[in-house]
Order: sequence, then C-alpha cells, then structure tokens
Amino acid sequence: MDATAVQAVFQDKIEQDLKIEPKDPMPDRYRAHLIRQISQHAHSEVIGMQPEGNWITRAPSLRAKQILLAKIQDEGGHGLYLYSTAETLGISREEMIEQLQTGKAKYSNIFNYPALTWADIGAIGWLVDGAAIVNQVALQRTSYGPYARAMFRICKEESFHQRQGYEIMANMMKGTTEQREMAQDAMNRWWWPALMMFGPHDKDSAHSGDAFKWRIKRKTNDELRQKFIDKTVQQAEVIGLTIPDPDLKWNETKQGYDHGEINWEEFKRVINGNGPCNKQRMEHHIRYHEEGAWVREAAAAYHEKFPTD
Amino acid sequence: MTLQEALFNYLLRLGDNALIQGHRLSEWCSKAPVLEEDLALTNMALDQIGAAQAFLKYAGAIENKGRSEDDLAYKRAERQFFNNLMTELPIGDFSFTIAKQLLLSSFEFFLFRGLSQSKDQTIANIAAKTLKEVHYHLAHSRDWCFRLGKGTEVSHEKLQNSVNALWMYTDELFEMGEADEVLMEAGIVFSLKEIKPKWLELVSGILDDANIALPNVDYMQTGSRKGIHTEHLGHLLSEMQFLQRAYPDASW
Repeated sequence: MDATAVQAVFQDKIEQDLKIEPKDPMPDRYRAHLIRQISQHAHSEVIGMQPEGNWITRAPSLRAKQILLAKIQDEGGHGLYLYSTAETLGISREEMIEQLQTGKAKYSNIFNYPALTWADIGAIGWLVDGAAIVNQVALQRTSYGPYARAMFRICKEESFHQRQGYEIMANMMKGTTEQREMAQDAMNRWWWPALMMFGPHDKDSAHSGDAFKWRIKRKTNDELRQKFIDKTVQQAEVIGLTIPDPDLKWNETKQGYDHGEINWEEFKRVINGNGPCNKQRMEHHIRYHEEGAWVREAAAAYHEKFPTD
Repeated sequence: MTLQEALFNYLLRLGDNALIQGHRLSEWCSKAPVLEEDLALTNMALDQIGAAQAFLKYAGAIENKGRSEDDLAYKRAERQFFNNLMTELPIGDFSFTIAKQLLLSSFEFFLFRGLSQSKDQTIANIAAKTLKEVHYHLAHSRDWCFRLGKGTEVSHEKLQNSVNALWMYTDELFEMGEADEVLMEAGIVFSLKEIKPKWLELVSGILDDANIALPNVDYMQTGSRKGIHTEHLGHLLSEMQFLQRAYPDASW
C-alpha cells in the first residue's frame, strides 16, 4: 500500500471513530507521535518511582508502608504495560530506555521536583496522580486501540492512589500543628507543578494540531487543567488546606475557577534540564541500569545455554 | 520464663524477621536490574511487611500491655529486636539479595510448614498464609540462583562470594533457647533441630544445581536471640523509625 492509500484508509477509520490496531495501516507520523507519547508516559511511571521510593523506608506505619509499596508497584506495572504498548508500534524497550538516558525521550516534568517530607507522599498521590487521572481518563478514548485499553486499566489503579494520597493529607490536617504545617507546605510546593502537568496553554501547545486530527487527543490542555482545578479546590477546602493562589476565584459565568498566572519560565527551565532533581533522577536511572548489566547478561547467557528452562 | 513471655518472645522473632527482611527488600525500589525484578522484590517486601504486621499484632495482644504492631515496630530500640542477623545485613548487590533470600526462604519453608500445624490457632493461620507466599519467594530465588550460577563467569563468581559471605549467619536460624523449650512443651512450636538437616539438603541441592560450592566456614556468628545485633540494625532503625520518633504525638 502506498502512502496515499495508507493515509486514506487510516483517515477513514479515524473519521468513523474506529480504533487503530497494531497491524492496521497508519501514517509514519502517527506512529512516531504515538511512540513519543507512550514511551514518555512509560518513562514517567518509572521515574516517578524514585521520589516515592525515597519514602518507603521511612513510612510512618506498617499500613502506610504497605500502601506506598503497593502504589509504587502499580506504577512500575503501568510502566511495563506502557512499554509493551509502545512495542506494538515497532520499538524495543532497550531502545526506549536508551532514548530516555540520552535525553531524546522525556518523562513527566513533575518528577523533577523533590519529595521532601512525608506530606509530599500525600500531595503526590492526591495532586500528581489526581492530575494524571484527568489526562488519562480523556485518553481512554484515544484512537490507538492498545493505548486506549491500557488507559482503562491504569485509571482504575490511579483513582485508588489518589484516594490514598488524599487520605494522608486529610489525616495530617486532623493531626498536630506540625503535621498541618507539613501538609500545607507540601500543598504549596506541589500545586503549581501539578497545574503545569497539563502542558502549555492551548494557544502555545506545539504538538496539539496533529494529535487532534488523529484523535489521539480529545480535550485541550486548558480544558483538562480546568477540570482538575475545579475538582481539587473543593477537596482542599474540605480538609482545610489553602490553595496557594491569591488570584483563584469562582467564575459564575463559566461555572469554574479562574486561576492566577502559571510560571511558564519555571516550566521551560525545568523541562530543559534545570530543575531541582533532573540530574539526580537521570543519574539514578543510569547508575542502577549499569549496575544491573551483569545480571541481565547472566540471564541472557543462561537462556542461551538452557533455552527451555 | 512463663508461657506468655515465651510466646511474646517467639512472636517478636517471627515478626522482626519479616519486618527487617521486608525493609531490606523494599530498598530495591527503583534500583533493580530490570523493571520486572523491581516489581518482584518489592512484592516480596510487601508479603514480608504483611507477615510482620500479623505477627507483631499478635505479639502485642499476647503481651497485653496495649502495644500495637506499630508500637512494636517503631518504638523499640536495637537491643529489643530479635530478628536473625542475616536479615539486617545491607542489601549488597543483586547476587547477595538472591543468596540471602534463598537461605531465608528455604528456612521459612520448613519453619512455616511446621508452624502451620501449631496448637496455637493464630500462629497456625498466619504460618499457613505465609507459607503460600514463601513458595513463591523460594522459587524466585532458586531460579535466579540457576541463572546467576550458570549464566556468566562474572555472575557465578558474584553468587559464590555472596553465598560464602552469608554462610556464617545460617546457624543462627536454628538456634534454640528457653522460649523454644517452653513453647515446645505446650505443643505450640517444634524443635528447629528437626528442620536443619532438611534445610541443608534443600539448599545444597539448589546450590549444587547452580554450580555453586557449599561454603566451608569454621565460624558461625550468632547473637539475635539475646538481642545482640550487627552495627547495621541501628542505622536501619534510625531510618525506619524516624517519623515516629521525631513526632511522638502524631498519628499518621
């Protein structure tokens, strides 16, 4: 099939709102866009294990430790699932990891911020997973079949994480003065980076045009951000947390909140490598990947010698 | 030693082993050689913390002084812990963790199989549940022993060195004291001497299949039955207990 025919068959399916499956004809640019997006999604799950993993050994109760361990395990599972999804498009996990480690592929900018106190574990679950869900629920209707199905499964687990994170914050807000201060401090530090997770304003968004045409994306960055803000402000009020935005106010006409200016300078700076943890996250990933090389080599050699084992 | 004291002590042994081994396994998070192993190791950590929770909860009930499983995990000091020394050793490289898991899981296999027949119904129930998990832990470490032992020269050497380094801590797993005597008389536990030859047979069989030689050591380190530990435990506890110690009035 030549490129024009591929394009015609493909666009016809898209118009009918049918899912594109791995063996279906698809334009190269659609494939490349998906590989970029899905691998970035997978890398985000994996790099996200670092800030949360930072608190596993210090979790304050056996229950909290189990919940956190289970959550991080879920994230790792999502990573595996998404790597497999990307592999259906003709790229290997090794290639994706190499792209991550050489900086060609990105991961969610949010994980370049540090998890400093136990309240950050609450804030990450509540705000970061909360923002991720809003994005991922929209992606359940994305045009690439395997990606859409991955999102169904992932969303179920993420909503559980979000509740757990909120529970940590709620408990701390019912606790001692120090705990309440810790919770508010985490809120102050994570709120704005969480809003940035939805990406630039629609008018400045570089990848959006094609993504809409191909129905990979169905809602705009600003629509999704608005949805997140509207549900989160109320949740914060219920437990007595203040949103660190003096310009935040209810807009009766649009039936949603207006928010203050997002610091896009910071966003660009961190995305381009100069955030609090960019170097640390990548060094960690590379270090343990390299330290594990002899194990992967041993497993491969064993498999070669004893293929049926 | 009364039956109650003996039972409390024995339950701390079981609970602390699971707690400390679970803690060490959890340190692998985001550090394993492949993502699948990250999940496997933290999954085993999760099993162990679950077992620790069950044993320590029961220990608190037996002690009857109002201490919860969290009080026992987070508010005791080094000398009040009774986990085997092997569990608290730093994770080392992947071969060290695998070797340690093999030695411990094969011990736990016989331990919990025996305890699942205990006259104490709570112990029998927790042991039966834990035994199911141990089957998986044992299979996991056995398979990795084969891969490392027979994979490359490098992996073989690393695994052999790890087994050698850990061997001096194996005798302690079977050490018995007054608590064992009292509880054996009551039919709650069995003699660990019975399972030692079975353990050795299982472990040496797996190591032999993995081309790993059985270490020949002339010294065995013990101490945990008296709460005498390695220097590593204090650091582990200072990290694990940090929030509970720093904010004693807080609940989380």
